[in-house]
Amino acid sequence: MKVAEGRLAEAFARIRADKAGPGLVTYITAGDPDLKRTEGILLALQRGGVDVLEVGVPWSDPLADGPVIQRATERALAGGTNLSGVLDMLGRLRPELRVPIVLFSYANPILRMGAERFADRAREAGVDGVLVLDLPIEEAGEFRGLMTTRGIDTILLLSPTTSDARLRAAAGLGSGFLYAISRLGVTGARDAVAEGAEEMVRRIRSVSALPIALGFGISKPEHVREVGKWADAAVVGSALVNVIAQAAGVDQNGELDARVEEYVRWLKS
Amino acid sequence: MSDTNTITADRPVFGRRDPDARGYFGAYGGRFVPETLVAPIEELTAGYFAARADESFRKELDHLLRHYVGRPTPLYETRRLAASTGVRVFLKREDLTHTGAHKINNSIGQALLARRMGKKRVVAETGAGQHGVATAAACALLGLECDVYMGSEDMRRQALNVVRMELLGARVKRVDAGSCTLKDAINEAMRDWVTNVADTYYLLGSALGPHPYPLMVREFQSVIGMEARVQILEQAGRLPDVVVACVGGGSNAIGMFDGFIDDAEVRLIGVEAGGEKIAPGRHAARFAGGPGGGLTGVLHGTRTFVLQDEAGNIELTHSISAGLDYAAVGPEHAWLRDLGRTEYVNISDAEALEGFQALGRLEGILPALESAHAVAHTMRLIKDLPDGSIVLVNLSGRGDKDVQSVVEALKK
Repeated sequence: MKVAEGRLAEAFARIRADKAGPGLVTYITAGDPDLKRTEGILLALQRGGVDVLEVGVPWSDPLADGPVIQRATERALAGGTNLSGVLDMLGRLRPELRVPIVLFSYANPILRMGAERFADRAREAGVDGVLVLDLPIEEAGEFRGLMTTRGIDTILLLSPTTSDARLRAAAGLGSGFLYAISRLGVTGARDAVAEGAEEMVRRIRSVSALPIALGFGISKPEHVREVGKWADAAVVGSALVNVIAQAAGVDQNGELDARVEEYVRWLKS
Repeated sequence: MSDTNTITADRPVFGRRDPDARGYFGAYGGRFVPETLVAPIEELTAGYFAARADESFRKELDHLLRHYVGRPTPLYETRRLAASTGVRVFLKREDLTHTGAHKINNSIGQALLARRMGKKRVVAETGAGQHGVATAAACALLGLECDVYMGSEDMRRQALNVVRMELLGARVKRVDAGSCTLKDAINEAMRDWVTNVADTYYLLGSALGPHPYPLMVREFQSVIGMEARVQILEQAGRLPDVVVACVGGGSNAIGMFDGFIDDAEVRLIGVEAGGEKIAPGRHAARFAGGPGGGLTGVLHGTRTFVLQDEAGNIELTHSISAGLDYAAVGPEHAWLRDLGRTEYVNISDAEALEGFQALGRLEGILPALESAHAVAHTMRLIKDLPDGSIVLVNLSGRGDKDVQSVVEALKK
């Protein structure tokens, strides 16, 4: 087993030690509704008991995302949010955050910044892990090296279509945790967790001891509890982005932050 | 590079110039896709490699190219276009294929592959609508279900092609995102594919996307260059000095160039859309260089030249021709340019309109606005070429679909 040193390893060790229930990993699109309020949202998520914060970098062509995150991305881009701004924001906020941060991005913003410069800036900003959605194992070699030398985990995504050979490769190359998606398709909340989730986790467990976070379609406490039967943590994305989108319209006196905190407390209930 | 004497047949060529095992042409290409698509793309690669090695697959393709598509297409020497110069200009008449553009060469090939792989449903993207129409026809022919994604701006510009696709039994799915053009249609087609991978084949229309698409599309389009080489030797008794083709994603150009790639003395020129001017959002000339020009990046699964801003967001593009209105270029073009084997220029909307009108008035041929870019550059080029030079132009499609756009543009 690969032993990672950072906050992600600590967070999952704590989740595994704590028998109370599965961990909760949340995704938000940075810059929606704007970068300043993203800071408040991240702090609210931490207060609500989230174990890992995934922060999405908005990009013009989010082809792995469904309508909810596409719209959030459009709002963030319209407000001028970009990778550089997200890293600056995380760097400012890092002293107030105890929970680990995983940056979610498509490849092109990172390549445009330069992978090495990105790696340096991510380290300075206190980023704990990076997941690049359109950088499969075959293309990720050099990138992973840059991350590893800076103590940043490369989070790999595994799908129901991932072959056993590729699962083994990912088990060897990934660190921090493995992000499993339980069904095919783009991101978006669903009424029920996909049937293949249990089988997906079983396949991964047979080749890796890394913690597993399972996502795609999770929106309710019963989903989180169900996922917790097999995986170490549940990932909630589109459903939370939806809560933010609705609350942002009526945001006054910290209403947005309060609703976000309330939502994640409910998820863990 | 293989022996040039091997090009004697007027049919597609397979396995002659493969990228490396990871799908790279030099520094360009590869497979930058979400994990869910890796397995389907591996399945596609294996399926394609098996098909192209199978004599019965190639025989059926040849049969359909000849009797359904109408190949070989003529090579026609213009009478009046270059009359004021001493240059001979030949047009490769892809506009005379069934459905009216070179796109059918690839659609037929990939639809045969989809059927061979046991897929029941095809999704495709389209810009100008020519790839959508060709794919709709190929799916009708082979009994495959067909959904075509098209940006709402392109649906407006190419309304005739929307009707044609529907009459051919395809469903046209409207895309209202981003610039509402080809790029956004590809995003949506890929989202569909990632959701329905088990029974769905993604029939990509240009020499773009993750490996093996750039290779596969080039090989299905190589029939253009193979035929043209045989024909020009027959008609002119020698190879052309210059070959000109328009470049959006680059499929007609790479198919034409493929016939001449080993003939070092033949200049290969790709013509990009210069749009209104070379400034962000106003053009689609990825190789223009300088401020507003393209840089290496990743879009739609491939590493290539991409129009993008400082943050790596893809720039909006503009061209009078929907088929050239795209922010990235096929990776093999980027590689051939690095090698110095190909050159790229750009032609403005206004110049393309002049090319469109000139070919109508002087030769009785209305070219697609895409192909009109190649015609316009040829008109510029022949003024400076020595007498006796031979220029071969790929007339990739016909202009019926563009008549409305041209009328609107000429009013301005």
